Amino acid sequence: MINGGNNKLFTIKKFVKVESVEEAYELNRKKSNVVIGGMAWLKMSPHNYQTGIDLSGLGLDTIEEDEEEYRIGCMCTLRQLETHDSMNRYFDGVMKECVRNIVGVQFRNCATIGGSIYRRFGFSDILTCFLSLDSYVELHHHGIVSMKDYLNLNLDRDILVRIIIKKDCRKTSYMTQRNSATDFPIIACAVSLKEDQWFISVGARPTRAALVTVENKLSSQSSKEEVSKFVDKVIEEFNFGSNMRASEEYRRQLAKVYVQRCILGVLKGGQHDN
Amino acid sequence: MKAVNAPIRKKDAMALVTGKPVYTNDIAPKDCLIVKVLRSPFAHALIREIHTKSALKVPGVTCILTYKDAPNSRFTTAGQTFPEPSPYDRYILDQRVRFIGDAVAIVAGESEKAVNRALKMIKVDYQELEPVLDFRTAKDNHILVHPEEDWKALCEVGADNKRNLVSSEVDGHGDLEAAFAKCDYIVEETYHTKANQQAMMEPFSTFTYQDVYGRLNVISSTQITFHVRRILANALNIPKSKIRVIKPRIGGGFGAKQSVVSEIYPALVTMKTGKPAKIVYTREECQIAASPRHEMEIKVKVGADKNGIIKAIDMYTLSNSGAYSEHGPTTVGLSGHKSIPLYAKAEAHRFSFDVVYTNLQSAGAYRGYGATQGFFAMESAVNELAAKIGMDPTVIREINMVKEGDVMPAYYGETATSCALDRCMAKAKDMIKWNEKYPCKDMGNGKIRSVGVAMCMQGSGISVIDTGAVNVKVNDDGFYSLMIGASDMGTGCDTILAQIMADSMDCHIDNIVVYGVDTDTSPYDKGSYASSTTYITGMAVVKACERLRVKIMEEGAKALECSIDDVDFDGDKVYMIKEEKSISLKDIANNSMVGTDNTLFATASHFSPVSPPPFMVGIAEVEIDKETGFLQLIDYAAVVDCGTVINPNLARVQAEGGIVQGIGMALTEEVTYSDKGRVYENSFMQYKIPSRMDIGDIRVEFESSYEPSGPFGAKSIGEVVINTPSPAIANAIANATGVQIRELPMTAEKIFKGIHGKE
Amino acid sequence: MTIKVWLNGKEIEKDIEKDIEADLLLLDFLRQNGCYSVKRGCETSNCGLCTVLMNGTPVLSCNVLAARADGKNITTIEGLQEEAEDFGRFLADQGAEQCGYCSPGFIMNVLAMVHELEDPTETEIKEYLSGNLCRCTGYVGQLRAIKLYLSRKREESK
Repeated sequence: MINGGNNKLFTIKKFVKVESVEEAYELNRKKSNVVIGGMAWLKMSPHNYQTGIDLSGLGLDTIEEDEEEYRIGCMCTLRQLETHDSMNRYFDGVMKECVRNIVGVQFRNCATIGGSIYRRFGFSDILTCFLSLDSYVELHHHGIVSMKDYLNLNLDRDILVRIIIKKDCRKTSYMTQRNSATDFPIIACAVSLKEDQWFISVGARPTRAALVTVENKLSSQSSKEEVSKFVDKVIEEFNFGSNMRASEEYRRQLAKVYVQRCILGVLKGGQHDN
Repeated sequence: MKAVNAPIRKKDAMALVTGKPVYTNDIAPKDCLIVKVLRSPFAHALIREIHTKSALKVPGVTCILTYKDAPNSRFTTAGQTFPEPSPYDRYILDQRVRFIGDAVAIVAGESEKAVNRALKMIKVDYQELEPVLDFRTAKDNHILVHPEEDWKALCEVGADNKRNLVSSEVDGHGDLEAAFAKCDYIVEETYHTKANQQAMMEPFSTFTYQDVYGRLNVISSTQITFHVRRILANALNIPKSKIRVIKPRIGGGFGAKQSVVSEIYPALVTMKTGKPAKIVYTREECQIAASPRHEMEIKVKVGADKNGIIKAIDMYTLSNSGAYSEHGPTTVGLSGHKSIPLYAKAEAHRFSFDVVYTNLQSAGAYRGYGATQGFFAMESAVNELAAKIGMDPTVIREINMVKEGDVMPAYYGETATSCALDRCMAKAKDMIKWNEKYPCKDMGNGKIRSVGVAMCMQGSGISVIDTGAVNVKVNDDGFYSLMIGASDMGTGCDTILAQIMADSMDCHIDNIVVYGVDTDTSPYDKGSYASSTTYITGMAVVKACERLRVKIMEEGAKALECSIDDVDFDGDKVYMIKEEKSISLKDIANNSMVGTDNTLFATASHFSPVSPPPFMVGIAEVEIDKETGFLQLIDYAAVVDCGTVINPNLARVQAEGGIVQGIGMALTEEVTYSDKGRVYENSFMQYKIPSRMDIGDIRVEFESSYEPSGPFGAKSIGEVVINTPSPAIANAIANATGVQIRELPMTAEKIFKGIHGKE
Repeated sequence: MTIKVWLNGKEIEKDIEKDIEADLLLLDFLRQNGCYSVKRGCETSNCGLCTVLMNGTPVLSCNVLAARADGKNITTIEGLQEEAEDFGRFLADQGAEQCGYCSPGFIMNVLAMVHELEDPTETEIKEYLSGNLCRCTGYVGQLRAIKLYLSRKREESK
């Protein structure tokens, strides 16, 4: 809508710092209430809300780790992900790679993982990246669902509590192209490999990321033609579209190039040289 | 010489870096009414009715003004010397709205929330009309953007509202046909540039109040303090004596604030209510309803003989002024009059243009002011011509470029009295190692590196018209006041003019306080635009100081009881040339305040019959990923001839900043419209100005000529620096890939399509 | 609900709903409390002008509700005058403050960077500060200032 060149239209009447996830869940049943994540998107939404639900008192702002998995609290910031040494070591640096172009450090100190994943934006770097890993979303009511199932889940105003990423020895690589360095991606590609199983996720098509899982015995000895044939087939599984940033056809070409580069990166032992 | 050519810190620097409250919104009274504008959702419509009753009931809302409340006196918001070349074609609020974002109503209230609520509750009944959205079909279209009878043009600029024409002209010299007949190589192409936003960090901001005399006081972030007074008087239909305008610190302008964008709204509110009022534009308003660069489509035909000597140039510019005429008739001229003279030796040229109305955001003034668009076209065409001939693009320039002493027929017949363009080219080539790198190098990893070149010029003020005055005076103990009407908008002109004064008075710069700008007390200056302040106002400083020195010496001689011919002034004292007698400036100053009828005060105004161009060469080095078209800027070498460099630090930052704005225009700053005429790039999320990750290295050097008509030999620097990136980067892309991109911005996708379309 | 904020070391207590609105952004809260250095250059979290420190971490104050500052230390450039002057002199000596409108947010992030990164490379500097837009300088003068400032700091710590 045109209104004074869009004056800030988001309003909330009440601020509630909840004491349990259950309390947040109950409050969020009401459509006029809203969970406050990192605020970046919420403040631009032209809605008048009754109650803003704040989860910041629940200790969900830490990344926990054990032998099996990483558990990322929904209130963790993108910057925490970016600077988490253990996760970055384990996943070949993609945690840093997938967020480092998002606006700026101060923005990433505000934006939360929960907020990013909950909204399932088409341009989401993090969703694209997590999708190629063995990752899960822990929802208060639905329980734990795989990231792939989460993509199309009817959220029904559930509360996202944590993201879980399994330590399953995947090698992984992440690449994007942007029209300018801190802009949204015009294509985002994440590729992971476990044994001969390839997990290929492409986002910013411009629709929400999707995952293709294929078995293929590619190796660092594989010829360029072999890899490229494989990539061509994989890319056929994705649909692409146009928006103000790039055309459908260009995105398809870029997806081919970057998925191939990611594969080569993974075959070299993970991450990449762009 | 102590201050001129020294890298002196800006006088206001420490206040700025410590975050002091010095900008319009920081100093506005806390009880100001908040003013906001309801904007049109249609590109073209007539307002049948506005229902404000329920909106007025919102608690805290003070007034809602519609076209029924605004004066019926047409004016232009373009900040130009009277009589403005821009036709008078707008009201503050009109019954006809002419673009998406045009003002429909003004709401003022006690809080932002109340005003926002009221904005939502105003119900407008529009009669939607078919808009003119394509500037290529605007001229003589059956739909008129300005059918009104009270539209008027004050100057003969070829304007005709019944043809959607803001301006139109044909100009030239020599026998064009005969000159083209001698050409062995001819390039004829069309180039397209977009309506870029200045994107200064401080949005348009103004507050207004009535003073004790019932006058309207306007504190505004503006480059044109005095023009604001006149334009507001026109818009509000009140005498100019009823208005006072003050400019505080400005958070950037780049031409945006050379138009009266935000001032009219709180001014009308204060006039109607008698209450202080404030408007601060949102970034979205800055993007959709402000004063961006004119979109232009430029056809260039340029021909050379077999030796690469350029014989003939034919240019036609179609400029999109949008809904109003602002700066339309004047920007367009620079697209040809600044670009064609680079090749002053051509035997003939023709330059013609049309500027048209459309139902899109009105354009305005943006650094470069039409020249930038012209250089993208002209310099690209010359690069294409060089490629056609098989010549190095720097060589075709070396043999054709304007040299010192040349007459420039396309530049109003002016002579290049100071020109180091040849040295700029030699140095820029050296800096980037052109001879090793031209045209390109395959990096062996799917990437290719290349270089590309462009040159340009600008003016130094508007010849004959631009006028700037300064007042100088001596205060107690001998410190000086320098009172100016020129607007420091962050560029540092307060400091630069003080540097000129310091050397004119042989004193330390700290001995000078600078004050500007207040229309009640400052001397007249047309304002800071057209690259004029250093050159025009700087010369006024030199003249005023000469007069002040005479006054000081007169007083000194009087005290020493001798003739003025027997004394001189060294900055500290007036001394007798042949005797050991002197009197300090301090004593002269203090004496001047006791029982005397002579004030130590001088004033001077300056204009120039010529506008000596600064020159520049820019060379870009890029790396292109052949598989994706992705372009990375590696390096940018620029050499500027701005005459004497008054302040090397500030000149360098001007150049670096201008180049990065040029890079944004070249690569990322897109402007697109929906089929209804809505601007998609309405925020910094969508309109991508370069971040520090996007630019590569930028290196600036100076090759100074000496301009005899400028203060201490200086010319301008503010605008020339934005012109080279687009054509230089386009040339680098062509040198790497053979793809010539003729529409900005040059995105990776366009490069990709160029490369792979050819296969 | 009452919030307690330590703004530049000074305790401020406000009741949400009674004193301040629940949706008040920290940016506006700070300006209301006299910190005019905190600027708004956009509505989309892109410009970095409103950068302040929250418990020492640089955040966009346009992205934080005042209510969320409860129990936190908020530092603006008004609270770091000496440090700002110290770095500011390097910036001013390049002429790279220019219009100055982005300077407070930029300097706050520079100070945060110096605190967080040890001996950052040029790429790390650019990455850390990429969310601070500046339209005047073209960034390279700012980079020169930062490098000189860092090298003086290195000298001092020797």
